[in-house]
Amino acid sequence: MEVGLSHYLVVSTALFALGIYGVVTRKNAVMVLMGIELILNAANINFVAFSRYGNFGLEGQVMALFVIVLAAAEAAIALAIVLNIYKTFHHVNIDEIEDLKE
Amino acid sequence: MNLYDIIFYLFALVTIVSGFFVVTSKNIVHAAFNLLFTFFGVAGLYVLLGADFIAVVQILVYVGGILILLLFGVMLTNKVVNVDIRAGAGHILPAVIGIGILWGALTAMIAFKTNWIENPAPEMNPTTAGIGNLLITDYVLVFELLGILLLIALIGAASIARRETEELKD
Repeated sequence: MEVGLSHYLVVSTALFALGIYGVVTRKNAVMVLMGIELILNAANINFVAFSRYGNFGLEGQVMALFVIVLAAAEAAIALAIVLNIYKTFHHVNIDEIEDLKE
Repeated sequence: MNLYDIIFYLFALVTIVSGFFVVTSKNIVHAAFNLLFTFFGVAGLYVLLGADFIAVVQILVYVGGILILLLFGVMLTNKVVNVDIRAGAGHILPAVIGIGILWGALTAMIAFKTNWIENPAPEMNPTTAGIGNLLITDYVLVFELLGILLLIALIGAASIARRETEELKD
């Protein structure tokens, strides 16, 4: 079977499902972040695949670039927050963190 | 099955299998290193889709930046020397069922129910010049906003991460 658009979309949905699974089941905040990165990568594969097979020019690739930039900003902020949580609670298990302040 | 298909299946396999280990591995450091292979696999898929610039950016930003940041996060928030680096997981069975249904529905709709119009460009050209042109013409406002957003994120992350230590010094 010739590899076409739907092959890339299936890879993307699998990666998306894995990312959701990681976000839902993991207790460690850093692991949840890794799940979010997987989800963003899945969305990016979709953007680039539609950009190629839809023959819309490069718009989809520019969007993928924006998503990568947003992922970088999001990772920096989220890890700063995680470090603060660790300083306050001495762990980063998000299911045990119930207080907004000490 | 030609060479393109074989390389596609190879990269897809690397991406999915290492992605699976990212979300199931007990050891956070193993998960982070599996994330490396996932990012490389996705970069390979971008190359196969003719997106050379995005593939390089993926490796530079994700592998060189975000993954290192995540590893720093792991090292700074876990007791590495005491081997207390395991990450627990809860509610596995409901999650597997729910996400299995979600994934099955998504795959069925996307891959089998929908007739996508496939009209790929006959040849793959270098994309860097085109992306650069789009960034300073059609998307110049988004481009500038993203620059400001990155600056804000940088300052915000530094300020959030430093605040507690300064209070401890007082």
